[in-house]
Amino acid sequence: MADAAALRAEAFTGRLWPALQADRGGRVFLSVLAAVTVLVPLLNLIPAAGSALHLSSYTVTLLGKYMTYAMLAMAVDLVWGYCGILSLGHGAFFALGGYAIGMYLMRQIGARGVYGNPNLPDFMVFLNWNELPWFWHGFEYFSVAALMVLLVPGLLALLFGFLAFRSRVSGVYLSIITQALTYALMLAFFRNDMGFGGNNGFTDFKDLLGFSLQSPGTRMALFLVTALALGGTYILCRFIIASRAGRVIQAVRDAENRARFLGYRVESYKLWIFVLSALLAGIAGALYVPQIGIINPSEFSPANSIEIVIWVAIGGRGTLYGAVVGAFLVNYAKTYFTAAWPSMWLYALGALFVSVTLLLPNGVIGLVKARFGRPR
Amino acid sequence: MKSLRRIAIVLVVLASTARVLPALAASEGPTQPLATVQQAAAGLPSLLAQLPDASYAEKRSLIKQLLELHDARVPRVLGALLDGGMYVRLEDHQVFIVAGEGSVVELTDPLTGAHVGSAAADDLGKVGVNNQIRKELRIRLAQFALSDPDEGIRLNAVREMLRAVDPDSIAVLRERLAVEPSAAVKRDIRAGLALADLDSDDVKVRLAAVHTLGESLNVDVYNRLSTMVQSAADGGGESDAQVRAAAQTALRGIDGKRKFYSLIQTLLYGLSQGSVLVLAAIGLAITFGVMGVINMAHGELMMIGSYTTYVVQLLMPQHIGASILVAIPAAFLVSGVVGIAIERGIVRHLYGRPLETLLATFGVSLILQQAVRDIFSANNRPVETPAWLAGSLQLNEVLAITYNRLYIIGFTLGVFLLLLLILKRTRLGLEVRAVSQNRPMAKAMGIRTERVDALTFGLGSGIAGIAGVALSQLTNVGPNLGQSYIVDSFMVVVFGGVGNVWGTEIGGNALGMVNKLLEPYSGAVLAKIFVLVFLILFIQRRPRGLFPQKGRAADG
Repeated sequence: MADAAALRAEAFTGRLWPALQADRGGRVFLSVLAAVTVLVPLLNLIPAAGSALHLSSYTVTLLGKYMTYAMLAMAVDLVWGYCGILSLGHGAFFALGGYAIGMYLMRQIGARGVYGNPNLPDFMVFLNWNELPWFWHGFEYFSVAALMVLLVPGLLALLFGFLAFRSRVSGVYLSIITQALTYALMLAFFRNDMGFGGNNGFTDFKDLLGFSLQSPGTRMALFLVTALALGGTYILCRFIIASRAGRVIQAVRDAENRARFLGYRVESYKLWIFVLSALLAGIAGALYVPQIGIINPSEFSPANSIEIVIWVAIGGRGTLYGAVVGAFLVNYAKTYFTAAWPSMWLYALGALFVSVTLLLPNGVIGLVKARFGRPR
Repeated sequence: MKSLRRIAIVLVVLASTARVLPALAASEGPTQPLATVQQAAAGLPSLLAQLPDASYAEKRSLIKQLLELHDARVPRVLGALLDGGMYVRLEDHQVFIVAGEGSVVELTDPLTGAHVGSAAADDLGKVGVNNQIRKELRIRLAQFALSDPDEGIRLNAVREMLRAVDPDSIAVLRERLAVEPSAAVKRDIRAGLALADLDSDDVKVRLAAVHTLGESLNVDVYNRLSTMVQSAADGGGESDAQVRAAAQTALRGIDGKRKFYSLIQTLLYGLSQGSVLVLAAIGLAITFGVMGVINMAHGELMMIGSYTTYVVQLLMPQHIGASILVAIPAAFLVSGVVGIAIERGIVRHLYGRPLETLLATFGVSLILQQAVRDIFSANNRPVETPAWLAGSLQLNEVLAITYNRLYIIGFTLGVFLLLLLILKRTRLGLEVRAVSQNRPMAKAMGIRTERVDALTFGLGSGIAGIAGVALSQLTNVGPNLGQSYIVDSFMVVVFGGVGNVWGTEIGGNALGMVNKLLEPYSGAVLAKIFVLVFLILFIQRRPRGLFPQKGRAADG
């Protein structure tokens, strides 16, 4: 058994290195990520506040937020860019992961809430509930919440994907029903009776694993964990794509019926990549919520999920690092526009959607590759 | 129906003033050439003038003569007399109907019903009546209303009398029952008589009355029967066990009928909600279903239609009633032109790449939303509802449907049939179907596919605009109007079967009904969630929808 595990580990590294060596963009991305991971804490902690080199905690949190978005975009790229499944509901998996960790954070508030009830979160006291609903039990433990971050989006994706792929729902039909899925979830989470805070969702978190969420140290730790998770996600996805299964998945994208007629179980491959992608989205959501400090049902809105797809499209689909580039570009633009010209943001985003699909089918990365890439 | 009646009333008023004016003019002049011709109408003023000075006995005969005139103005005059609102001006002996209290009162001409100024209360003398006259007047007035040619007025009269049944009204009702032609009025009269019979001492009469009342849906009847089945000790309860059992059965029957009618009402509401869905989705059935283009800006094209309605109303504030009729073609044109611009500018370059089309048109939808926000403000705009769309149709005492729900059902059906006609009976429709089935072959046959694409997209978008006009009457007109319908519209098209306008019509109505049937049990939001989940599962079972297009392609 131990030998088998060792063999498998060797196979993993044995395949990963060649994969990374062939992947120039990936090397650039991982180097930049490593540099950021080292530099950001240094610039935040060492130079005095007010110095030109100082990086404010606000910026650190912003970067952390962009990184969770980048993870989410990578999850979408994994299914869309490599398997041709355009999910317009990935925001749902992200939000479910966020809600799972949010429940843990709500339980950590304890008696420090506005109403001072040691057992019930504020919104339940407000709704005149007397005891915790059954599905809230266990969320006082971090381990349970962490498990749920994986289980809830994973099981939903498994069930949904199993039904959808088995009956060969594909293309735009799949996109439309994923959209309906997130829409239905949004409506459900907006209801007060669901027991997830209704309209307002969860906010006013106090601490995570005993560390105050307000302290710069905790924020920095969250940033580092997010950076590691982003790097890890990239390496995992790259490995999967380079593997044999990864090639089958790309074959499914390019010619689904041909792959099926060659004897591959197309449905199983699609299901698994979809579930994996949902898990990654859930983790991204779980990292997002403690940094942002709020989660509410608008995260489920169909428009949000479509926006994720445009990050991927702008960066360049089917490259993984392109998704990261797209997520950073669009979200930086969003932060900038909504502060500088709020009314221009939707015009800019709309124009991005139109121009990228019309003029840049391979995204920014495609543009860069055409300029500097080696001729094929 | 309602507008017709309103017109009829206006005509009656016009006719009566036309008749009165010459008479008044004639009475002023020295010669009276028209007097003999106008005798019947002139009889009313002269009889009226005699009223104040007549004795009670004379008044009774005057009232009798007034009633024999069969003039539409008589009930007003007699009603005023009954209510003690008839006064005579002491200085010139003119008779007026008086409203208001205090030292200064408002005067109304009893002949025309027109307001003719005010006077000090001290200058007026009341035209008095005694109890006997009052009683007679009440009966005569009811009789008068009961013999009105309008069935609705007769029904109201009967219902009015049902509120308080006394021996006099019973006599009137019995009389009327013999000659009444309308079944509905007859039914109500019988209910009234039966209500009176419940007070009878004869058990058999009471039993028969209970049986008759079992047929009625009137609330008063229901309440009366409910008190009857209470135990006798509570007061008002029925003493005879047999009658009480009959009342129990009658109540159960009425409950059953009420449930039945409320089911019909739910189904009609469902049909109207389904019609809204169909209306929102039917344009999409063209662009998505027939052309295969995912247009995420479809909702915004509806929004443009709604805003067009708003602008049309701003342009013609005096004619709100007609504005909707103007808005329908206007919205079709505006949305259609925007749609053609989207097709020529963007969609054309993306044929065969549905996922890219989806993203690009979503971008367009964001731009349109923000444009509307910048032009009209982010707040909802008030769109007025014309009078002929307001109100409701009372089918019986427990079943009422608002007119806008009925109109939306009819309107959707009309749009649907028109679309079907265009697709099946016109050259454009033929070309659209040809291109959607086999583009290269259609091209080879000499069809200008580019032009057909643009026109088809324009048609689908224009219909979205028309849907927007209807939506402006039903929901808030704001920048988010389109977004709230886009998911539903796509689901309806996919549920009905892509490429099939019939499927959209049936699918939309079915979904609307399921939604309304669930609502009483689960609440509106949960019902919607159930429907969405049902749809997601349904598409797994039948990925091509209710009515799939037949084809041989392995990839589709």
